[in-house]
This record gives sequence, C-alpha cells and structure tokens, in this order.
Amino acid sequence: MAKKDMDLRFGKFGTVSFTFTTKVNDFMNGLEQGKVSGTRCKDCGKVYFPPRADCYNCLGSNMEWFDVTGKGKLLTYSKLEYAPVGFENDLPYSIALLDFGDYKVFGRLASDITDDEIKVGMEMKVVANELPNGQLNYVFQKA
Amino acid sequence: MGKVGIIGVGQSAFVRGYPGSIRELAFEGFREAMQDAGITTKDIGASIICSSPEYDKQRSPAGVLAEYLGLTPQPTFYVETLCSSSSMGVRLAYSLVKAGLHDVVAVVGFQKMSEISSAESQERMGRGADIQWESPFGTMMPAYYALHARAHMAKYGTTSDDLALIRVKAATYGQINEKAVYRKSVTFDMFSDPENPLSSPVSSPLRVGDCCANADGSSCVIVADEEKCKAFSKKPVWILGLGAASTAVNMAGRDIFSGLTVGMQAGEQAYKMAGLTPRDIDVAEVHDCFTIAEMMAYENLGFAKPGEGKDLIKSKETYKEGSIPVNVDGGLLSKGHPIGATGGSQIRTIVLQLRGDAGQMQVKDPEIGLVHNIGGVGLYGNVTILGR
Ligand SMILES: [Zn+2]
Repeated sequence: MAKKDMDLRFGKFGTVSFTFTTKVNDFMNGLEQGKVSGTRCKDCGKVYFPPRADCYNCLGSNMEWFDVTGKGKLLTYSKLEYAPVGFENDLPYSIALLDFGDYKVFGRLASDITDDEIKVGMEMKVVANELPNGQLNYVFQKA
Repeated sequence: MGKVGIIGVGQSAFVRGYPGSIRELAFEGFREAMQDAGITTKDIGASIICSSPEYDKQRSPAGVLAEYLGLTPQPTFYVETLCSSSSMGVRLAYSLVKAGLHDVVAVVGFQKMSEISSAESQERMGRGADIQWESPFGTMMPAYYALHARAHMAKYGTTSDDLALIRVKAATYGQINEKAVYRKSVTFDMFSDPENPLSSPVSSPLRVGDCCANADGSSCVIVADEEKCKAFSKKPVWILGLGAASTAVNMAGRDIFSGLTVGMQAGEQAYKMAGLTPRDIDVAEVHDCFTIAEMMAYENLGFAKPGEGKDLIKSKETYKEGSIPVNVDGGLLSKGHPIGATGGSQIRTIVLQLRGDAGQMQVKDPEIGLVHNIGGVGLYGNVTILGR
C-alpha cells in the first residue's frame, strides 16, 4: 500500500501517540462520536478492553464492538508531578484504573476533579475527551 | 545431570555519567568476575550479553562486547527482559550448562543510562509498558509503581511513612557499599521536611526518596557445571532454584495491584525446584526500584503475609541483624539501578554473602540466599535461589 493510502487514524489517540495504524482503528471513530469501545469475540464471547482484533482464547478474529457504559470502580490512581517528553503541558495529571467487572479500563482522571474528591473504590464513568492539541483520549468522571 | 553453580562474580562501581564506552564499562564487571573465578577467556564456552536496548546506541551489543572481552569465536547472544535481563541471562546460562552444550558460560549485564537525558530516559522507560494503549496518557515508571503503592495503601493501610523506612534501611547499607552510587545517609525526618528534596512528590503517593537512583554500571556472573565448579572454585555457590514468569503488559489486563503476580509465581517455582520454603532463606536481594516494590516483594515471596510487609520493616527484621536480611548492599534504591546490570549485581551480592566475603555488609553465616528481580512494572519476574 502506498504511504498516502495508509490508515493512520490511531495517531490521534492521546497527547502523543506511539502507534499509527492498528486493526482496531475504528476505536478512533467511536471516540470522535463520544464513545469508548472494546471488542467482544463473536465466536467464544470473550470480552476485551482495550479492544483487540484477534482472540487468543479461540484464535478467531471475528470481533464485534461494544461501548463502555455505566459505572466502574476506581481501583487505584496516581497524580504525576513530572511528565515524559511531549506531555509537559498536561501537568499535573492523574492516571487511573477503573474496574467494570468483565474488564478494566486504564486512563486519566478528568482534570476538574480535586484531590480530596478522589477515593479508591468510588464509582466513575468513562468519557471521550478532546485534548487542547486536538488529539483525542478518554477520561474518568465522577458517576 | 550434575549441579550447576557460580564460580565468579563481579560488578563495576555504579556511577552517574560513566566516563567511557559501553564495552569499557562491561569490561569492568567482567574483569572482576574473571579474577574472582581465576580462569581465562579460553575456559568460557559462551557468553550471554544482557541490557535494555532503549539506552543502547549500539545495535546488537553482544558481538561488540564479546570481541572486547576476548570471548570470540565462542557463541554470544543478547537477552532482554528490561530490568531483569541479567537474571534471565543466568537462567539461560543454567539451561545451556545443564543441557551439556557448554561447561562454562559468562553472563554479562551492562547499562549506560547516561547515554540519553533523564527526561528522555523516563519517556523511554514509559514505553517499556503498553505503547499503544497506555503511553499516550503520559505514563512513567514511578507512576505505575505509584498505582501499586496506592492500591497497597487502600487495601492494607500501608502509609508513606512505612515506605520511608525502607529507604532509610537502603541508605544505611548504601553508605558502606563502596560500589553504590548513593552513599549518603537518609533519615526518617527528611521525608517530613518540605525543604528536603527527598520529600518532594514525584507521582503520588511516591516521593523522590521512594525512587531508586539511575546509574551506569556492569555486572558479570560466571556459571559452570559441577565438574568445572569443583575444579576452579574453592567455594562454589550452587543454583538451587529458578523461577520466571510474565503477565499482561497493560494494567487493565491484571487482577492484582497490591502485589506483583510475576514475583509470586517465580518465587513459588524457585522454592519448589529447590525444595525450600521462605523460612529457609537466610539473606535476600529483592527488586526495590521503588520502596513499594520492596514492600510487595516481602509479601509476594512469603517473608510476610499479604499486608504485613510493613510490620517486617517497622520491626527491622529485614536489617542485617534481623530474621530475614534484605538488600543489605543498599539495594537498587542506594546502590543504583543500571537496568541490564542489576540482576547480575544482586546475584553477586548473594554469592559474596554465602561465601562469607561480603565484608562490612556480611550477614551472620548464611547458607541459603534468594534473588528477586523484576522487569518493567511487574511485567517479567525472575527468582533465583542459591546455596553454598
Ligand atoms: Zn474467541
């Protein structure tokens, strides 16, 4: 495939993306429409987040999308005072992990949550988010 | 098949900004191990070169180092599992020797972290995690271990003060280890002094004092079959147990956050192979890249029950005079953590302890020692049990 024909949608994921093309590029279309999605294997039912194109359980590649909805429980979080190269303008920000039972979601806490509002075990929801540099990610808000 | 043992160990001083190239750095640890074993390069059947490639400007370092160390035309190859690379190298050396392919194998670990800037280094270490789904959020090594620290605190009531005690212990021994990069003392009060840099936050709840020191360094472990061990060494140290495991790179793929499954699984395998239990261990080196990592290692290796690691450090049981001395060479926190060299350096410490050659750091008459070495954020784990 010529370079101009490459599907580089994933390059828009996060403040800095290190991956430009993947078989789950449609994740980015969902994000643009305000949806955060995982994949489910149509053959064996295994659920994946982050989404995958291939199922290690049954070795199939017959996947369907599902949307991450409802409330997850905050498993843990950390507020960064230093950032890697390319993320300095985002500081300070917090990374975190939510548990939805069938799957977990790694991401960032919404920047408007104050430190004393955050508690391990609290319920949160996942929301698609546009970053100041025009890139897209998702963040966790109080449910 | 006979036993497999270690006949020589060496390491360079761990320093900031090593004034030489990677081959010269590797030579320092290698020379010490060769002199320790009292052998020549002709006695070595193969070499395994270990580092973490994101710091290496040299592509495929194995050939370059083998030539500089005088280990050609013997076979050489490169092994990488991030921070546990040289423990994995020793595991592979064991299998080559046990299989009878080679009778003596040199495992050389090295890392010149100062080849790149600190910020660049943090960015690259972040890329040791999931670059597709996690790195775009701006992750770094301290932040990942901070997630574990927060989970441990939430589940067991562990505090930042408990973690500080681990750093105080590390510095106690770093001061008497002439190869350590951080030779200064650390007191508990420094963590509550806002003027002290050790108390400043890095990634909550971890502070500067909770994080290990980057360093340049090299290590070397010479592994041999039973016959060569007896021929070359008056005090061979035997490899009694080996364990290794891996897990999901993405945190979302894991089930436990208050511990590292790779440490638990590698530990269980090594205990089983050696026919030993945690109570049999007389001295240990555990992977304390961050204070919380040592706390989790206490529990994951069975030195303490889950959640009771804090009691072990509060009662000073992991000090040199305690029931289970841990990291009495300063650990990664004070000795320094030159990624690819770290496992070999930990093994060196335990070999010296078992031979009674650990000088000021010597624990009283240990017979069995354990090395716990983690790669990435609990991505890879190796446990090695040694006995004299
Ligand atoms: Zn399937």
